Parts: sequence; C-alpha cells; structure tokens
Amino acid sequence: MSTTIYNDTVVRQLSIATVIWGIVGMLVGVIIAAQLVWPALNFDLPWLTYSRLRPLHTNAVIFAFGGSGLMATSFYVVQRTCQVRLFATGLASFVFWGWTLVILLAAITLPMGFSQGGEYAELIWPIDVLIALVWVAYGIVFFGTIVKRKTPHIYVANWFFGAFIIAVALLHIVRSLAIPVSLTESYPIYAGATDAMVQWWYGHNAVGFFLTAGFLGMMYYFVPKQAERPIYSYRLSIVHFWALISIYMWAGPHHLHYTALPDWIQSVGAAFSVVLLAPSWGGMINGIMTLSGAWQKLRHDPILKFLIVSLSFYGMSTFEGPMMAIKSVNALSHYTEWTIGHVHSGALGWVAMITIGSLYYLIPKLFGKQDMHSMKLVETHFWVATIGIVLYVASMWIAGVMQGLMWGAINDDGTLTYSFVESLLRMHPFYLIRFLGGAMFLSGMFIMAYNVYKTIKGTEPSNIVVPQSV
Amino acid sequence: MSVFWSIVVTIVILLNIIGCYLLIRWVAKPNKGEAKRGEATGHVWDDDLMELNNPMPRWWLYMFYITIVWGLIYLLMYPGFGNYPGLLGWTSDKKYSDEVSAANEAYGPIFSKYAETPIIELSEIKEANLVGQRLFVNYCAQCHGSDAGGSRGFPNLTDNDWIWGGSPADIKHSIANGRHAAMAAWGSILKPIQIEYLADHLMSLTGRKHKATDAQRGKELFASYCAACHKADATGNPLLGAPNLADKIWLYGASRNKIIESITKGRTGQMPAHMNFLGEDKVHILTAYVYSLSSH
Repeated sequence: MSTTIYNDTVVRQLSIATVIWGIVGMLVGVIIAAQLVWPALNFDLPWLTYSRLRPLHTNAVIFAFGGSGLMATSFYVVQRTCQVRLFATGLASFVFWGWTLVILLAAITLPMGFSQGGEYAELIWPIDVLIALVWVAYGIVFFGTIVKRKTPHIYVANWFFGAFIIAVALLHIVRSLAIPVSLTESYPIYAGATDAMVQWWYGHNAVGFFLTAGFLGMMYYFVPKQAERPIYSYRLSIVHFWALISIYMWAGPHHLHYTALPDWIQSVGAAFSVVLLAPSWGGMINGIMTLSGAWQKLRHDPILKFLIVSLSFYGMSTFEGPMMAIKSVNALSHYTEWTIGHVHSGALGWVAMITIGSLYYLIPKLFGKQDMHSMKLVETHFWVATIGIVLYVASMWIAGVMQGLMWGAINDDGTLTYSFVESLLRMHPFYLIRFLGGAMFLSGMFIMAYNVYKTIKGTEPSNIVVPQSV
Repeated sequence: MSVFWSIVVTIVILLNIIGCYLLIRWVAKPNKGEAKRGEATGHVWDDDLMELNNPMPRWWLYMFYITIVWGLIYLLMYPGFGNYPGLLGWTSDKKYSDEVSAANEAYGPIFSKYAETPIIELSEIKEANLVGQRLFVNYCAQCHGSDAGGSRGFPNLTDNDWIWGGSPADIKHSIANGRHAAMAAWGSILKPIQIEYLADHLMSLTGRKHKATDAQRGKELFASYCAACHKADATGNPLLGAPNLADKIWLYGASRNKIIESITKGRTGQMPAHMNFLGEDKVHILTAYVYSLSSH
C-alpha cells in the first residue's frame, strides 16, 4: 500500500501569506493612526484618505491576515487530528488562490473608493460572490476531511473551526444580499433599521465566529501541543462550545444601543451579551488551565508566552465586551476611542498573538526544521508586541473615557461644556501613543518575517507521511 | 410585531437561555464507566492530544448561573420578550421625553430670564452673551466654526456682511426659521464664453485682474440675467438672500475658477430652522449673541 502524505503545500502557502498580510494590514493601520496624529499625511490624495484606508486596514487584518491564518491552521489541524490527507487537493489550492485574489481585489477597490458601506462588509458585490465561492470550497475541503477521518472522535479544535466556517458562510451571504446596478454598485435588499440590524448581526458575529470561534479552534490545538499537556476539561469544552455559538448570535444589537432599533431587541442584545461572559471565559480557562503542572515552561518558552498572553487578552476583552454592552456603560463608551481600545485588545492581544504563537510552532514543522531560526528573536518579538499592545490599549482606554466624559459634561445652563473640537484636541497625545504602540507591534511583525525567512531559506518543503495506525 | 412573532421570539429566547442551564446539568452528570476525575478521557489525537475529565470549575458555573438569572430578570423588567412591555414600563421614548422635560424644568428659567429684553440691549449683557456663546458652540459651531468665522459655503457671522440682512429681526428669522438659498445653474442656458465674460465683469467690480472688453460684455449679460436677484450694481438683495458681488467676500470662493463654477453649476445653501428644536428663549439669546459678534 502506497503511503500518502499530508497536504502541507496549501498550509505552507497560507502560513507565509499570513505573515505577509499581517505586515501589510498592520502597516496600513499604522499609517491611518499616523494620519490621526498628523492629518497632512493623506497628502490630499483621495486614495490615501483615512476613509478609504480604514476599511482597507480592517479588511486586511481580519480577512487577509486572520483569514489566511485560520485557513492555514485549520487545514493543518484537521489533517493531523483526523489522521488523513486533506480532502480535494485541487479545491484546497483554489481556496488559497481564490482567497489571495479576493485580498488583491480588496486592496485595489477599497483605495479607489468602491464600497458597499457596511462595516467589515465594504467589498463590492463581484468580490462578495468570489468570497462566497471560496468559502464554500473551504467548507467542502474542511468537512470532506472530517468525513473521511480515521479517528473515532472529532477533536474539539475542529468543532470550533467547523462552527466558524458554517457561521461565516451564513453571515457573509445574508449580509451581502444585494441588487447589483452596475459592476461596482449595488443596493442591499434591506432598508432602514432592518439594514442596520442585519449589518450588526453580521458585524458582531464576524467578531464572534471569525475572530473568536475560529481562533479558539487554533488555541485548542496549539496550546496543548506547545505545552505538551492534555486539555484541562472535556466537559468544559462541550458546555462552552454550545453556549458560545448559540448565545453569540443574539448579541449584535448592542452595537445599536440608543438608536432607532426597537427597544425589545436592544434589551435582548444587552441581556445575551452579559450571558455570553461565562461561555467566552470557558475557552480561556480551558486554555490556561491546560498549562497546570507545566507553568515552569512559561519561563523559557516564548511561543508559550505568546499563546498564554493571548488567552489573557482574550479573557480581558471578553469581560470588557459584556460590560460595554450594558446600556448605561454603553452610554459612556459608545462612539468613543474606548471601542477602538476594546477591539484592539481583542485583535492584537488575542487574535494576532495566538496566530503568531501558532505560526512559530507551525513554520519550522512545515519546512522540516526543529525550531525557528532564532528563539531569541521570538522572545524579542513577544516583548515588542506586548509592550505595543499595552501602549495601544491603555491610551485608547484613557482617550475613550475622557471623550465620553467630555461629551457628556454640561454647564450650569444645560449646554455642553465642550465642543467636539475641544475633545479632539485632548485626544492628540493619546493618538500619538497609540501610533507608537501600533508601530511597535508592526516592527514585531518585521522581526517575525526576518526570522521566518532565515528559518525556511534553503529548506526543502517537508513531506510528512500520514500515519496508518490509529 | 404580530402576536405570532412575539410568541416565537419569547420562546426562542427562553429556549436558548434555559437550554444553557440544562446543557450544564446534563454535561455535569457522571457517565457510567468514564475516566476518573483529573484523568484523561481516553480519546487521543495526533499522537499526544488528550483531554482530562475534569469537572467544570465551580466558580465559573456560579458566574454562568448568575448571568443567566441576571439576563432573565433584566428581560422581565425591560421590554425584550416580544411585545411584552416589561415590569418597569420602560421605553426609550418615555426615557427621552422625561429627560427633556426634566432639563427644561431645570434650565428653562436661565433662558426665559432674558425673553423680554430687546436684542440690542441683550447683546450688551455679558452674562447673556456667555450663555449665547455656549449655545452657539453647541448648535452653530459645527458649520459656522466655534469663532463664528465660517468656512466655504458657511457664512462668516463676524464680518458685518449679511446675506439675509443683519438687523435683529433678520438674524432672528434666520435662526428661527432657517434659510434656503438657491442660485440657479446657468451652465445650460449661457455659453461657456458668456460665463467667462460674467466672471470678468465680477472681477472688475473689485478691481481684480480682468479683460476690460470682456468685462463690458459681461456687464451687459449681468443686466439681463443676474440683476433681477443681485441688483444692477451687483450689491445683492437680502430679501432674496442674493449676496453682494461687489465686495471682497465670497461665500463659495473668490477665485475666477470658483466664480465660474458658481455661475455654471449654481449653488444651494441650507440653514436649518431652529425654533422647534431650541425654543423661543434660546433663539432669542442666540440672536443677541450673533448680533454682538459684528461691529454695529
């Protein structure tokens, strides 16, 4: 019987793409952060204005960096934990090239000003169609592999990857339903408050399923692997998985507190957001407690540091989120920089850190090496990134709370104490700190790129044989 | 929403929340023949991936229960279960109107105090102007700037040049009822060269660079097409909101190109009405403040 090898080609492609898109997406982020400090940096060029680069930044970091990272790790994990080669090699290749094409088209159309307007759903309809095709192919490859698995049980990481793939397909298609009027323009089939609700049902579940469930899948493989310890609690996995995916679906209306959305759905959004706290924390507990009995490893292993710190940020932002969804807190936090701080403690602290840690585990294995070229540089990357996040998040917290308080402050005659521009002036130093924090995080990505280059330079892609015995 | 959907919504919400509780109870139950607490369940993936059979942490379960109870109580108190209004009878509409009437009650006297003082007199009272300035920064500065200096398309309120008239009554009318200025687009009626002549004429009025012969042609065109609103001497007509074109103040830009653009494409200006929104007393104080900004 001939031996089969794992399909690591597509994993290699997607892993390298993750590093590259990480740099691109974060670079655009640093540019727009700099524009907020020095507005002249848009050079009066339309395609460099904040309004066009901002969606480019969010799309690039979420869908290009995050998406490629999730595809890379899910393809790797599903093969290893099902003990079979990835289903449909050609289709897997289409997933990589199709997704890359989506990213390139986004990078062209967004700066040109083509946009559907919905946050995280800016891309115009022809690209939406391509995304749907790639995503369905992704689902077929993933679930095809699950179906032909040789292991009796489906590993917990795959529950999360599976939920992420199904939910994102549903979210993307429902949000993108539109009537095209030309190649670049279309009108959504929803109107008014309904459109707003669909947008934030989509937007919040993009956070819930793309940025939470997907990366929990990553966590459930790479944390126990790197720690060389079993998952803390199987029971906790079951409960927090089902509770998380069912409750998340309701939480979207908290993005629309105090708007024209009907009262009842705002209340439901607030209530479910608070109930979401425990299911979210289930993942953090399961990840961190997996390390119990092996805490000393944290001292010497920078990869484990990335993974565990990411879980800490995950816990922090999933606590912060439900708090911000309570209407009275939201009255202070909404529309302020606090929201930006919250998002980035999740996006940099959780999503990027878990991805970086996982890639440092993965890349040497994909290229037949024992370790990264320099573990010292991994350690340096860890500290640069962590300090960058702290600067970013802390400055946005302070700025946000200050904004909220200034906007709400009133004089003895009931007029507002501060005009908008006064609050903007006070933001300036914090925008500078945020820019520095972001620049530090980005420089960490350059360290990573160098380290990855040195690791894989001159290597032959490794062909790992699928073990026959179960 | 209809009774049907109201019931559906209520049932689905309850199923999801109570379902979480039932899930916990069900998963927490020990199974026959399962591994001991703290030991691996026996499932192994990829050589060494295993799961321990630990119970869910108790503190976490209590936290989960507390949030479930909190969520249910919240949905009992506030509208959430479909059409059920909640025990508190809270609605966002009522909350808003309550806050507005509370504010009116608390702050109303501060503004009504000046209601009987004539504008010109009021514009010289320092305390009233301080209140007026705060109102201005809140409601007017977004367009006219916090120093009332205006910007392109938004008039400067400090230069004593008034498109709609600068008397106390005119200013009050502008604030209370708003203004809607409309300059017709002449691009489809006049030839481009004629618009060039008009631009030369307007440039000549303020002594700027122009071709004298062209300006003369422009003057004739001005008399037939523009004078009806802007007057024959181009000094404008406040009754129509037609600006003075013979001074150096240009709302939409003074350059030759901008003048040509204004004639070709027309301009529309919209000052929103504030009476229903701010009420008579605040409009009165704002009028006095705006009046105080220019020298009289």
